[in-house]
Amino acid sequence: MTRTAAAVAVFLLLAVASLFAGVSDLTPGAVLAGDPAALNLLLTSRAPRTIAVVLAGGSVAIAGLIMQMLARNRFAEPSTSGTVDAASLGMLCATLLLPDMPVIVKMMVAAAFALAGAGLFMGVLARIPLSSPLVTPLVGLMLGNVIGAATSFIAYRYDLLQSLAAWSNGDFSTILRGRYELLWAAFALAALAWFTADRLTVAGLGRDFSVNLGLNYRRVLLFGLSIVAMVTAMVVTTVGMIPFLGLAAPNLASMALGDNMRRAIPLTALLGAGLALACDLLGRLVNYPFEIPIGTMMGVIGSVLFLYLLLGKRFRAG
Amino acid sequence: MPADLTASPGSGRSGGLILLALLVIALFACTAFMTVGVTGGWAFVLQLRAVKLAALLLVGCAIALATVLFQTVSGNRILTPSIMGFDALYILIQTAAVFAIGASGLNLVDKRLLFLGQAALMTAFAALLYRWLFTGAVRSLHLLLLAGVVLGMLFRSISNILQRMIDPNEFVVLQDRFFASFNTVDTTLLGVAAVIIALAAIAIWRMRATLDVLGLGRDAAIALGVPYKRTTMTVLLLVAALTSTSTALVGPVAFFGLLVANMAYALIPSHRHALTLPAAALIAVICLVGGQTVLERVFAFNTALAIIVEFLGGIVFLFMLVRGAVR
Repeated sequence: MTRTAAAVAVFLLLAVASLFAGVSDLTPGAVLAGDPAALNLLLTSRAPRTIAVVLAGGSVAIAGLIMQMLARNRFAEPSTSGTVDAASLGMLCATLLLPDMPVIVKMMVAAAFALAGAGLFMGVLARIPLSSPLVTPLVGLMLGNVIGAATSFIAYRYDLLQSLAAWSNGDFSTILRGRYELLWAAFALAALAWFTADRLTVAGLGRDFSVNLGLNYRRVLLFGLSIVAMVTAMVVTTVGMIPFLGLAAPNLASMALGDNMRRAIPLTALLGAGLALACDLLGRLVNYPFEIPIGTMMGVIGSVLFLYLLLGKRFRAG
Repeated sequence: MPADLTASPGSGRSGGLILLALLVIALFACTAFMTVGVTGGWAFVLQLRAVKLAALLLVGCAIALATVLFQTVSGNRILTPSIMGFDALYILIQTAAVFAIGASGLNLVDKRLLFLGQAALMTAFAALLYRWLFTGAVRSLHLLLLAGVVLGMLFRSISNILQRMIDPNEFVVLQDRFFASFNTVDTTLLGVAAVIIALAAIAIWRMRATLDVLGLGRDAAIALGVPYKRTTMTVLLLVAALTSTSTALVGPVAFFGLLVANMAYALIPSHRHALTLPAAALIAVICLVGGQTVLERVFAFNTALAIIVEFLGGIVFLFMLVRGAVR
């Protein structure tokens, strides 16, 4: 419990730091004294940004955990399974074909694409002999690459490379009040996983086993993948891709708690949010007053962690 | 990749015929590249295109040779230098140099000298890194592949951070000068690149028999008297030099090597490097020059070649993975 308490304390500390870090000067004293300018800054920019980071981090982490359960692989997560790239392709198609539709419609298109991408990934996995647990992330990464290449080709043809860059690299610097509320829905969806954790865990044991236990395997699989796809699409449309977050948080959580999904969900969400806060904060401070987007920061930290999981003594997977 | 020792005696001759056919197609592609769609001053156009053609020829040869060598050393047909993150490493070193020296400092340095320095650094670094990967405890091919892919992503992310930390105004200036692509082929380096690739090609040609033996696998090669560690290291150094050169000229091309090397293996009925190496180089030239001609002149897609290669190469890679070509 003390470790959990420490994790919560670190998380709160990061959240407070995120509220008061930035180019314009905002001090806790000014907020407490009721300075209107300070309050305005806090309510329109800093607080929304911090909440957005927490929500996105937590829900991406849970989406990663669900993906890992369903694909039965420690290295599977939306960005290593083609799901994120498919969502980004969907966003591009929506921008091209339905330019006047509201964001929510585009997001639904992106979610449909993401679901198709995740389904394709699971379909390919079901058809190949999994000689090694490492084949799963390899297939996913390459699938993502192929979808990504197709996306850049379309974006290149229609001069949309600039907009593509906006949602292919996660960035919270444009978050203001009114621009992030979709993330609450993403978090609510991810929280739904808490109530269905047992079914998802059983589905994670494989098709035969779960049918044997009386579970409607296809329905649970579709449900789990739909949550992953919706969460991915919402995060991609609001802030852009955050690579490896869904890989890092669940693995760190399982180092602490083992593989019980229901118990792991809160800690996974907390770690995901904390990691996202840390990366976002670091990105704001490293090159002050400029910012480094969280997608880039997470790319470095996440791939180092990925390499550690791959080559470290503890998890020697090969 | 166990070599087919029982290849029919005629395979050398039919391999030669295939090489000849490839040569003819390559020459045809080059002629088309030079002449299709010329309007106005021939002298000007020909000169402009000749420079570009030279760059494409050099890049094609460099990538093809590097990939085939790398696959022989690593004993499989799916690993390639760029999948293992070699070209991402080059970009990282280049960005780090720009970051450390700054634009004003770089303007004073001869670009060719800078390139040689970078290539040397890259070669040393790659040799260290991959020696660790190849001779350490890492034995599984899947682990090697995945570690390489993730290393490449790590290199790209660090480059990205450094690029953002360079003063944005300075970076825009530097981007044109220091980060090449198929459309902005770096012409100042053509001479140096030609020398490096020619030297490497001569060295490789003289090693061709040893490479055939290396292709039989580590144990067989040692049993047949090849100094395994030294030869592997030499080959890796050559691969690093070739990859630096091609990346400096046109930037990273992820799956191109995988495509041309596997086409060469499929076409040539032999495992002898005397045949597969030139075949891979010719196929690379045909794809690059032919592809660029078709895309530029017929469809007017200027920068799309790299994206198309990425798309096709990714599919081929997935196919090989799914078919279980990786053991």
